[in-house]
Formats: sequence, C-alpha cells, structure tokens
Amino acid sequence: MQKLLNWVDERFPLTSSYKAHLSEYFAPKNFNFWYFFGSLALLVLVVQILTGIFLTMHYKPDAALAFASVEYIMRDVEFGWMIRYIHSTGASMFFVVVYLHMFRGLIYGSYRQPRELIWIFGVTIYLVLMGEAFMGYLLPWGQMSYWGAQVIINLFAAVPFIGNDLSEWIRGDYVIGDATLNRFFAFHVIALPMVLLGLVVAHLVALHEVGSNNPDGVEIKKLKGPDGHPLDGIPFHPYYTVKDILGTVVFLIVFAAIVFFAPEMGGYFLEANNFIPADSLKTPEHIAPVWYFTPYYAILRAIPPILGSQFPGVAAMGVAVLIFFALPWLDKSPVKSIRYRGPKFKIALGVFVITFIGLGILGVLPATPLYTLISQILSVLYFAFFLLMPWYTKNDTTKPVPERVTQ
Amino acid sequence: MKKLFFMLLALPTLAIASGAGVHLDHAPINLNDQESLQRGARVFVNYCLNCHSAGYMRYNRMQDIGLTEAQIKDNLLYAADKPGALMHVAMRTADAKAWFGAPPPDLSVITRSRGPDWVYTYLRSFYRDDSRPTGWNNTVFDKVGMPHVMQELQGHLAPVYRTEKSEDGKEHHVIDRFELVKPGKYTQAEYDALVGDLTNYLNWMGEPAKGDRMRIGLFVLLFLSVFYVVAFYLKKEFWKDVH
Repeated sequence: MQKLLNWVDERFPLTSSYKAHLSEYFAPKNFNFWYFFGSLALLVLVVQILTGIFLTMHYKPDAALAFASVEYIMRDVEFGWMIRYIHSTGASMFFVVVYLHMFRGLIYGSYRQPRELIWIFGVTIYLVLMGEAFMGYLLPWGQMSYWGAQVIINLFAAVPFIGNDLSEWIRGDYVIGDATLNRFFAFHVIALPMVLLGLVVAHLVALHEVGSNNPDGVEIKKLKGPDGHPLDGIPFHPYYTVKDILGTVVFLIVFAAIVFFAPEMGGYFLEANNFIPADSLKTPEHIAPVWYFTPYYAILRAIPPILGSQFPGVAAMGVAVLIFFALPWLDKSPVKSIRYRGPKFKIALGVFVITFIGLGILGVLPATPLYTLISQILSVLYFAFFLLMPWYTKNDTTKPVPERVTQ
Repeated sequence: MKKLFFMLLALPTLAIASGAGVHLDHAPINLNDQESLQRGARVFVNYCLNCHSAGYMRYNRMQDIGLTEAQIKDNLLYAADKPGALMHVAMRTADAKAWFGAPPPDLSVITRSRGPDWVYTYLRSFYRDDSRPTGWNNTVFDKVGMPHVMQELQGHLAPVYRTEKSEDGKEHHVIDRFELVKPGKYTQAEYDALVGDLTNYLNWMGEPAKGDRMRIGLFVLLFLSVFYVVAFYLKKEFWKDVH
C-alpha cells in the first residue's frame, strides 16, 4: 500500500494535497454555527449535479415534449419524483445556504484584506448561480417558466439602442420558444455548471492560500507554536470534517422534510402555475419570480421609468447585485468582526437585513402604490448600506481586538 | 416587446383585482380512502375523460388505488386498448377549439395548478345562464366554455338576483342564491359526495407517488435522527481535546 502511494506521489501530489487541504490545513478552532454553510453549499452543488445527471437522462429539451417529460419523470421513472423534488428543493436550498454564507461574510468581515479575492470569486459564484437557477427554471416549460423567462429576458430589451436586438439574440427567436429552451438547456446542464465548478475551485484555493477568517476576525497565522502550526488552529480533518457531518445531518433533516412532506413549499419552491404547460397566448394573472430573486425584482419595480425608459430600474437591479463586489473596498473599519465593531455598523447591518428580507417579501406582492412606496424607501436603504459604508465604518467606535481567538 | 414588459410589471395588481373574492369550499381529500378514490375514478372516466385528457397518467396506475388490471380493463378502458396506455381523448384539438372556444385542459395535474378546493367548488357551481352559448355559467369560473356535464345528476340550478347599490349609486344585479328549477337524479348532498370522490381522485392523480413519498420520507427522517445521535457523539469524542 505504502509502495503504491509512493508510486503515485512521485507522479501526482496526492499526499501533499491531502495534507495541504485537509489533514494539515489549519482552521481556527472557534468556528460557530455560521461556518456550516460553506461546506453545505458544496454539498448542495454535488447533490444538484448528481440529481441533474439523472434528470437529464429522462428530460426532453423540446418545447413540444418538455412538460410531458417532466411528468413522465414524476410518474413513470423509478424514484423519478424523488430525484426531481431533490433537484427542485436543492435549487431553493442552494440560495438559502448561499445567502446565509454571505451573511456570515458580512458579520465577520470575511471579505476584508487579505480575502478580497475569495469574496470576489464568491460573488461571481452567486452571479453564475442566479443564471443557472434562472435557466433551469425554464426547463419544466410550465406557465411560470415561460412567463418568468419572458419578463427577465425582456429586461435586456430595456438597454438603450441595442436592447431589442440583445433580447432577441438571447432568445434566439422573436418569442421564447424551442430555440430558447434548447440553449437554456445547454447552458444549464453544461456551460454554467462547468463555470461554477471552476469558480468553486478558485474560491477554495484562494481560501486555503490565506486561511480561514473566524468569528473574532483575528489572523491565527500571526501566532504560531513551536511546531509551526497556528496556536489557535486545528487541522480541518478530522475536526471540521466530523463537525460538518453533524451540520450536514441537521441540514439533511430540513432538506428531507421539504422533499418528502412539502416539496412545493406552499408554492414558493414549485409554483402552482408551473403545473400548467407553457402557453404563449395566455398570460398568467400573477407573475412573480421565484423567492430568491424577489429582492432584486422589488428594486426593479421600485424605480420609476425615466423618459419612458425602464432602463433605470433594470440598471438599478444590476447594480444591486454587482455592488457586492465593491464591499472589501467600501469597508474602512479597523476591525473585521461584528464582535468588536461599534453601534453604527451594527445598526446599518440590521437595517440591511430587514431591507433585504422586506424587499424579498415585496417582490412577491402586487405593486400597489403603498407597496411601491415602501419598496422605494427600502431600495434607497439597500444602496445606502453600501454607499455610506466608508463613512459609518470609519467613524464607528470599535472595541480592541484580542490577540487570540475567544471561545 | 417593451410594452409587454411594462404590462407584466403591472400584472400582479390585475391579479388581485380579478382573482380574489370567490369563496372556495373545502374539498374532502383523503388519499387513504380507496373506495372514494375508486368511485372518483369511475366518475372521471365516465364524465370527464370524453373531452379532457389526462395525458400523463396511465390507466394501469389505478392499481395503486386498489383496482386490479382486469377490473381496469373491463370497467374503465373505453378510450384505449391497453391498460398501460396514457389517458388520451379521441377528440381532435381543432374540433375542441371550435366547439368550446378553447380545447379542454388536460386534467393530469389540475389539482396541482388550481388546488383541490377550487376543483371541488367549481364542479358544484354551474348555473343556468341563457346568455351563454352552452346555456351554462359558473360562479367560480365566469363565462366558462364548459357546459354542465353532470347536469343530469345535479339537476339545473338557476340564479335568483337581487339588486345592490354600489358606492357610486349605480344599481346592478348580483346573484343572491340559487334555486333548483329541474331536479337531477341525485340530491344535493349525494351530488356533493360524488364531486368529493371525483376531486379526491383528481387530487390523487395529480401526484400518484405522494403516498410513497410520505412513507419513504418517514423512514428517511427516522434514519437521519439516529444518524444525528451518532454524528453528535462522534463530534464530541473528536473535539474533547480542543480547548
């Protein structure tokens, strides 16, 4: 066995990679609840790829056959219903996990120097994931698939000058049709997953290069023991592998409860209208995007058209997502973790959380004048969190950061 | 295209204006009541399956509600020759369009898009309306293209109007109640029970795997709960030297 391992090691960095990323990757010992969601996101990615492979075996990317092939999976394929529900639940749970993972980054300053690139890779993953989810949602070819895609692709039509050509180019047709379905299928099952995997590798390589942040926001690499290992670090394996198993089991209990007992999740994971085949002549009464897009949808609707152009709303929606990239340079606080920050940041973050959830709720509600007004106020607060960050982080009263991590 | 886009943004408002207000009765759904499901299947095949397909559903799946393949073949197989066939209808789409204005929708997953309560209420809400081409209208689905297929069972209900004044002072007629102008074979209670069975069947047909799903789900959660205990002590054991 040892001989075989030596043979491999002379040709491939197996043992050294294992050490670098697992058995001798030293992670801070004070990870808390919020640190489960990174590995859970990886788990969901694997689940989505595996269930996706099996769905692809039975799904037909053809406007005339797609809806029926999904029902075929639900009825005639052995455990097809389970594979499909795991995949549809996985899509929503991916966003749950990613949103919590990003929130962790916000409260503990995980995006701060020297982890800017980890953050940038992460936000890019989030962007690609949005594209992946959006394109996957067209594939069941139900009414919500069709009209949801119609609304989103028409956003591109609001771009000045090239808008109409652009949206036509994306659709591959004047309306959403077979051509759109086929290209979305190609992007959903191969193009974007490959990009996602590449980005996840980059995210992890960058993380393992600089080391993990922790709830105290102190750099554990500054203080090393006589053995050269960080004093507050413990090997990822076995400590965090066994801890993550525990987190995984709890997550799977929630996941399984949804898959087996509430796969539609009250219409938020699988919408009722999506059980009606796509019909280009019948617009559904109520079109709302899936819950994970609704905060941005609310921002889109909140911005009034200027000179008859909807472009400002579309631009605001785009900027609302892209502004996350700037976070490492907007935060001027001398400390990273919320534990040592002052009241200004805590209030700003609290308001931001309420804003984000509030916009998410407003995104599924009808656009009445009152709701639009609230959306407008919340949109301003959303951008204020980012744009005022240099000011309120610099002028905040901070507490001294300890040398070593606390329990 | 841009116009359509604005329209879509405004749509949710319209939805509230048109969709709300209709009271729906609670459908008696019970997936464990096989007799009800079987009665519902018979009503479905006799009354619905002439115009509505259930094109994702196979006849022999009805073995899941306690019917044998022979029973299915002898009693329920009118429109197909093999028990493994899908529940299609013979009516051509073009004809259906000409007769009803729109082809009757496929019913395989109708309870998943409309909800069982809607279906249950809708099937009990037909009333005589001579202004409609079919002579029928429906309180849940105004100006519906479908005639009252089970009129011989329920009988004919005619609306009794009362006049109401709206806030702007205009008078308009609203339906006050219904009266039975032509009795059917069934009493209202019997008819309600029949539609209840039918809705129960339609609901089952929307997701035939639901029973399996719940049963397997219970075992999965049980397994994970046991695994949690193992994982908990595993973590505790490994972490006892971390301070």
